[in-house]
Amino acid sequence: MIDRSPRDPALDEAFKLELVTLIPHLRAFARTLCGDATAADDLAQDAMMKAWDARSSFQMGTNMKAWTFMILRNQFYSEKRRSWRQTQLDQEAAERTLVAVDDPEAPVALDELRLSLGMLPPEQREALILVGAGGFAYEEAAEICGVAVGTVKSRVSRARKALQSILEDGAYDRDGGAAGDAMRSILADAERLSTVR
Amino acid sequence: MIEQQSQHPVSGSEANAALDEARLRQQAIGVRLRQMFDEVVNEPVPDDFLDILRRADKSAERD
Repeated sequence: MIDRSPRDPALDEAFKLELVTLIPHLRAFARTLCGDATAADDLAQDAMMKAWDARSSFQMGTNMKAWTFMILRNQFYSEKRRSWRQTQLDQEAAERTLVAVDDPEAPVALDELRLSLGMLPPEQREALILVGAGGFAYEEAAEICGVAVGTVKSRVSRARKALQSILEDGAYDRDGGAAGDAMRSILADAERLSTVR
Repeated sequence: MIEQQSQHPVSGSEANAALDEARLRQQAIGVRLRQMFDEVVNEPVPDDFLDILRRADKSAERD
């Protein structure tokens, strides 16, 4: 059912203002799903338009961030389902992006974290990013992913353990040689960051 | 408790130290994870995004 009743322009305006503030977050989440920055922006734009088109079904005052993240995630997985070949291309692009060091000034630890994240199963990576970086509560992440809260909790916990051991063992793939002890550089950076504060 | 400690003199404090170390490592990973995400959040939004919304806005006005 498409809602044909006229919308209150003030309501649309309020919706749009809030949606605009969420664009940076949608881009960041899309980047973690796609890897490739261009594909990620395409995904984030599609999600933004879908959210706009569905604005009459959104209850103002409820969590728009979680709602738009859910739209973006559904969009990502429905696109993946639509074309297996596209999925392969996405995967290759993601791998290239995960391996590429495009900014020589980028901190080593961050680069290593990206590589390590790429080795996690997608559902664990997604849960960890939503809770650990996106600032969502377990309940919100569960709603976004369409799974039980307990499932999110266990995925996040497994992801944390796996990430730590990948970083400690230097078990991630890297062009041109063995990975060092990434954990050491992450700890050193964290120490530096905490002294700055 | 005391008897157990004398049998395993270092186990208690070692376990605590390992726990602290694990916590520290998880915190460090958490800081990095947020930083990685925030890097993209703090990027300027490409003009395309706002252009698309502006166009959608115009077509909504026509409806």
